[in-house]
Amino acid sequence: MSDVSAVLIEARGLKKVYGRPGDKTGFTAVDGIDFQVRRGEAFGVLGANGAGKSSTMRMIACVSPVTEGSLRILGWDTGRDGARIRARLGVVPQDDTIDSELTVRENLLIYGRYFGLSWKVLRERSARLLEFARLTEKAGDAVATLSGGMRRRLTIARALINEPEIVLLDEPTTGLDPQARHLLWERLFQLKQDGVTLLLTTHYMDEAEQLCDRLVVMDAGKIVAEGTPAELIARHTLREVLELRFAPGERQVMIEKCRGLAERIEELPDRLLLSTDNGEETLSAVHRQGVQPLTALVRRSSLEDVFLTLTGRSLLD
Amino acid sequence: MTAMPVGAPTGRAWTMVERNLLIYRHTWPVLLAEIFEPMLYLVAFGVGVGLLVGDVPGLDASISYPRFVAPALLATAAMNGAMNETTFNMYGKLTTDKTYESILTTPMSVRSVALGEVLWALVRGSVVATVFLVVVSVFGLAELPGALLVVPGALLIGFAFAALGLLTVTFLRSWQDFQLIQLVMLPMFLFATTFFPLDVYPRPVQVLVEVLPLYHSVELIRAAFLGTGGANPVVAVAYLAVLGTVALAVAVRRLENTLRP
Ligand SMILES: Nc1ncnc2c1ncn2[C@@H]1O[C@H](COP(=O)(O)OP(=O)(O)O)[C@@H](O)[C@H]1O
Ligand SMILES: [Mg+2]
Repeated sequence: MSDVSAVLIEARGLKKVYGRPGDKTGFTAVDGIDFQVRRGEAFGVLGANGAGKSSTMRMIACVSPVTEGSLRILGWDTGRDGARIRARLGVVPQDDTIDSELTVRENLLIYGRYFGLSWKVLRERSARLLEFARLTEKAGDAVATLSGGMRRRLTIARALINEPEIVLLDEPTTGLDPQARHLLWERLFQLKQDGVTLLLTTHYMDEAEQLCDRLVVMDAGKIVAEGTPAELIARHTLREVLELRFAPGERQVMIEKCRGLAERIEELPDRLLLSTDNGEETLSAVHRQGVQPLTALVRRSSLEDVFLTLTGRSLLD
Repeated sequence: MTAMPVGAPTGRAWTMVERNLLIYRHTWPVLLAEIFEPMLYLVAFGVGVGLLVGDVPGLDASISYPRFVAPALLATAAMNGAMNETTFNMYGKLTTDKTYESILTTPMSVRSVALGEVLWALVRGSVVATVFLVVVSVFGLAELPGALLVVPGALLIGFAFAALGLLTVTFLRSWQDFQLIQLVMLPMFLFATTFFPLDVYPRPVQVLVEVLPLYHSVELIRAAFLGTGGANPVVAVAYLAVLGTVALAVAVRRLENTLRP
């Protein structure tokens, strides 16, 4: 991993301030972050709403100018070589931007034309990508007839029309039902197998654990942790979590009784989380204190707990 | 995978025309409506009013009223077609549809997108102008081939108003603002020597009319249509070319800020 040429994306002190051009007193959405993405890797940016994920992604996609710091992609500078970089990226924006005036296949064709690809090449590629996105049957339909999952797959197929080296996915599965999400994950996994470098943002922990080799956790425009999912869990949480639920009336009393029973206790609106090395032992200790939870669950620590530890907030609040 | 060709800006701009052509394969009747509108006005005003008024005071007696109105209606059609394209249609693509957002993730630049939409307005405008010209020639209101100069004239008008529309759309805050556009467009349509010659107005009003871009558009088309020369068409060409170029340059700069925040 010391091979410098394998670094496809490199951000140093990257900053995004929204405001009038030239005026740096506006709102700081990305506050001086550093990271590297290497070839063939699936890199995740994890964070709650407003953390600055999309702002970061838009700067990488060269659609939003960098306010400060440096951002190099494929060896080029985003400020000077935007068009050249964009030619080799695939972008799946957070908001649905499918061309609603065109059919499914036309969306792929015309998008390829924006890259300067010939109609001949595009006819062949669009057929292949429709197959990849499992949309061959829908090729001639208006996009208004597609389900949420289909639209997302079409957006991904569209992002692949130029055979990009890096694909950026901003919250690719937000708003999809579980079945659609799993199909999408499977397609993304396929891309990874094909050697495409993936950069994705998410606020779903399971998604990050499933897809990402390495990730950064963002909070309020800053990177607060970086590593593989397993490293982050090992570094920032204990091995297990005991989840307790209480009847509304006795909740406060029970919570007081649990204090001191675990190294870290997080109070969520609906549950109490006790971080511990041994969940069963902690549960016994809870029972010995005379605490009677409605339900008790011992589970392994996850990235969700990492996020909670780092920011003191749940991801989806 | 070979390296991507980084095409010339105008080459890229043409793909916006291709996008619109794909859409118009499904929705071409819209264009028919645009062609019929000036013809309806021609029948209603040119022929109808023409029967009542005969020759309009101040006009050369050899020019009938329909021949006076027809070129003005063509100029207006060229203006409306172009303005609609870069205001109404473009506002939807900028806001609700987010069409440009996805286009700009490709190597396309804001300039190519803007030029492309103007180019498309010109393509549409030339179709409308040509069909209108052919129809009125069939009815003996224009003499081909001299009147063919109308087509490049209509293209220049299309360019100026497409660019003006592009600039306007960067200032719009909501769909309600389109009423403000109408508030300017309708009086301009009525007073820019469309239906009456300039000298029916008192001098102060004449000056106001002479500032209007539609007035110069009408002057230009009328000169080509009737085969009259003179200085007015030269002034009109200069006026429209400068207006269009300046509006386009400012619009692209403003769009750059909205589309690449
Ligand atoms: N175009 C913009 N102008 C001003 N503020 C913005 C703009 N885009 C995003 N922001 C603000 O920047 C912050 C980060 O937003 P974003 O990058 O979209 O976060 P995330 O994708 O993690 O939810 C938010 O507070 C948001 O309101
Ligand atoms: Mg976002």
